[in-house]
Amino acid sequence: MSTLKIDLENYKELMRQYIETKDEQALYQAEQFSKYSMQQNISPEEIINVHIQSLEALYPEMPEYIQSSLDFLLETMISYGLAYQEYQSLREKQLELKSEISVAANMQKTLLATDKPQIDGLEVGAVSIPAKQMNGDYYHFVKDDNGALGVAVADVVGKGVPAALCMSMIKYSMDSFPENRMDPDVILGSLNRVVERNVDSSMFITMFYGLYNINNHTFRYSSAGHEPGYYYDSSQDKFEEIDASGLVLGVSSEATYEQCTKKVNVGDMIIMLTDGVTECRQGDRFIEEDEVLEIIQKYAHLPAQETVEQVYKHFERLQDFHLRDDFTLIILKRRV
Amino acid sequence: MNLTIDVSNKDKLTTVSLAGEVDAFTAPKLKETLLPLTKEDGQTIEVDLQGVNYMDSTGLGVFISALKSTKEHDTNLKLIQMQDRVHRLFKITGLTEIMDIDNTVRGGM
Repeated sequence: MSTLKIDLENYKELMRQYIETKDEQALYQAEQFSKYSMQQNISPEEIINVHIQSLEALYPEMPEYIQSSLDFLLETMISYGLAYQEYQSLREKQLELKSEISVAANMQKTLLATDKPQIDGLEVGAVSIPAKQMNGDYYHFVKDDNGALGVAVADVVGKGVPAALCMSMIKYSMDSFPENRMDPDVILGSLNRVVERNVDSSMFITMFYGLYNINNHTFRYSSAGHEPGYYYDSSQDKFEEIDASGLVLGVSSEATYEQCTKKVNVGDMIIMLTDGVTECRQGDRFIEEDEVLEIIQKYAHLPAQETVEQVYKHFERLQDFHLRDDFTLIILKRRV
Repeated sequence: MNLTIDVSNKDKLTTVSLAGEVDAFTAPKLKETLLPLTKEDGQTIEVDLQGVNYMDSTGLGVFISALKSTKEHDTNLKLIQMQDRVHRLFKITGLTEIMDIDNTVRGGM
């Protein structure tokens, strides 16, 4: 208790100074004293105790009723002391949890990591930014031996840890599919059965799955209730929606998925996104679809990766750098 | 943002009127009200969405789980007076195909 003893002297001295001089400096010192006491885990009733002792030392003639009233105050502070102790142990726990979540977030990154493929003649741009620590959006590239590139973009309903766990399940199911059966409608059908069997009734996943054939430059795609993508026709400088009908994953085991095909010309782009992009808000106002396309168009001349990054930066600024939802944008651009 | 939920009952028909936003914050409250109703024998639950100007995917999740529950308990779920923006969400996700959604009245924004 020697440190507290030194503090007692210190407190007594500060209080004397203040009583005698009313000097602001002493008040400032008192504030410092309280900060230091908190660092040392000193409870409120201990401070009152120090106060009583200082008073007794400075004013041995102190009336008895003041002494009693201070003892009374001391008792009253005891619950505050307990609350303070609890606060400290919660703070420690919170730090622990925070570090565990960041471990989980890192693990998610490792588990779900996908390499952006290098393909001659096709530019690939991808950005996926979580609103919170863990990402409920997901994208995945698979390149097969026949020169086809599979792209999956998905959004798990709900955010945070449960969504992230669910995504890992999806990724491992996809990895286990045989590589010669990459038809988008078949893949979504299989995933639907996996999700339907394994997740909570209010949870579901939306997914857009596309397969780009490098040999004949066609893009085959299916959608499980996912936000429609866009095709950018560079010769006309126009966008058209690309969508295929299909129910979100995990609702009905009997769902089937439409598959559509789009021929891709030189300079044209395929744009895939999640509702974090289309449901951006500026204050209370929703960003309309046209605005999203306008921004993409503005940066369309850049290499695909720069396009997606610039578009993201635009909407990040618009929302004051405070994403409400995870944001994922993928662009495939045929160069030759 | 808030969500107000009004429930009224007449014989085998329960009407749940919603006003506000159905999102991650309000969805649990809606789920608490809606799910027990879907388990009451022979009930038809009509959800009036005229006052709902925004719904996110968590909100959709509540309706999906209510739909699943009606199938298990042999009850009915019907959504009426949906606004355009909300309807778009049900359409994209393919839910318009499997849910009983009344399209006659569609409010604007």
